[in-house]
Amino acid sequence: MAILMQHELDLLKKELLTLGAEVEERVKQAVQALLTGDRKLAEQVKGGDDQIDNMEIELEEECLKILALHQPVATDLRFIVSVLKINNDLERVADFAVNIADRALDLDSSMKIDCPYDIATMAELVETMLKMALDSLVERDTALARKAIQLDDDVDNLHRENFFRVKEAIRENLESMDGLIYYLSISRYLERMGDLATNIAEDVVYHVDGEIIRHGGIQN
Amino acid sequence: MTDIRIENPIIQVNNLKFYYPGNARALHGIDLSFPEKQVTALIGPSGCGKSTLIRCFNRMNDLIDGCRVEGEVILEGENIYSKNTDIIELRRKAGMVFQKSNPFPKSIYENVIYGLRIAGEKDKKLFAERVETSLKAAALWDEVKDRLQESALGLSGGQMQRLCIARAIAVNPKVILMDEPCSALDPKSTARVEETIKELRNEYTIIIVTHNMQQAARVSDYTAFLFEGNLIEFGVTDQLFVKPQNEQTEDYITGRFG
Repeated sequence: MAILMQHELDLLKKELLTLGAEVEERVKQAVQALLTGDRKLAEQVKGGDDQIDNMEIELEEECLKILALHQPVATDLRFIVSVLKINNDLERVADFAVNIADRALDLDSSMKIDCPYDIATMAELVETMLKMALDSLVERDTALARKAIQLDDDVDNLHRENFFRVKEAIRENLESMDGLIYYLSISRYLERMGDLATNIAEDVVYHVDGEIIRHGGIQN
Repeated sequence: MTDIRIENPIIQVNNLKFYYPGNARALHGIDLSFPEKQVTALIGPSGCGKSTLIRCFNRMNDLIDGCRVEGEVILEGENIYSKNTDIIELRRKAGMVFQKSNPFPKSIYENVIYGLRIAGEKDKKLFAERVETSLKAAALWDEVKDRLQESALGLSGGQMQRLCIARAIAVNPKVILMDEPCSALDPKSTARVEETIKELRNEYTIIIVTHNMQQAARVSDYTAFLFEGNLIEFGVTDQLFVKPQNEQTEDYITGRFG
């Protein structure tokens, strides 16, 4: 039984990592589309979301099948539970990439508004978190997962700073308010992506150590 | 091994060693406490000693010529291996249900009161009362109440097994020992027996040996994993099946053994 299931688990991990790689790529493309004003690339990110959604559903069905047919326990059970959650988180990350692509289209060159904060730096940080979280899954490396989680504070701080910068910019330039609010939304999307990368890393810790570290674990 | 303390255990096993004839040691010094009115599952691969261990609790192993026991099994404060143990009384206190149901070729009614009869009981009113309560406890009453005088051999496999549970209950045991009670049953009958086990936990302490890991996970409160005559891990069942402490336990329950 174990050998049969092991094959399915290996396949599941491979599929999850494929989804992860796809999602990472979407995030990169969305940010690039935004920074370069590449409408075509933004449309491409939007158009590709169905593929991500389908992958998510297929992965979930795969998990349910393994649960029903093999009734995994211990590390196998924790792995399936983690995959179910990470799968969902990745799909949400891709949705935020679509949101960024949407804002990229809204903020097309005709608006000509400069972003009052450094999008590239924040996006890079979020992409790093996502990469670390997925690498920690591949390597079953909880130390790396915990490092990814720590980076979330930096992302949150950036978002907070961005909020004040955008507020200031609006105050100074009321007629650019629409565009500036779009930029604030983008900061918010990136911040949410950081949260989701954190969730993924937390699920890796659960899978490997069996420890739920979310919300600081159960409070006594 | 998981270090959990069981307060006021009903059975306390101290450094129990068991030798089959020819000095083949099957248990290498087991220390284990069984919580009262809980279901404890004994799991492990074939030959790990789980059946040997459960059979130590009502001295069923005494039937094997040339076997030898060292250490203690304390049931309700008394070492059952002390010289003055009354074996009949011990087996009343620790009833056993076997892998293959073994009803006597008698009526359902007679099967249930068998233990009372051999203990010298003659009170018919008590018989009738005990038949009803035991069959109800074993979740069989509704199915057989109108045919108590019919032969037990006409029951289905699952019903026979529940009859054997009722027979064990009829003599008011403290502990019910179950050795693979569902291995010969189909999923539906297994489900009924498992349901019965869950119900019985309110009144009795149950120790169950099972090869079926999912069954151990479903019915037990505590699980002990044995390997090659040693206790490897003992813990709360849901913890043991989600996050075992010992690598050998993990390998066994996930089927990656050996």
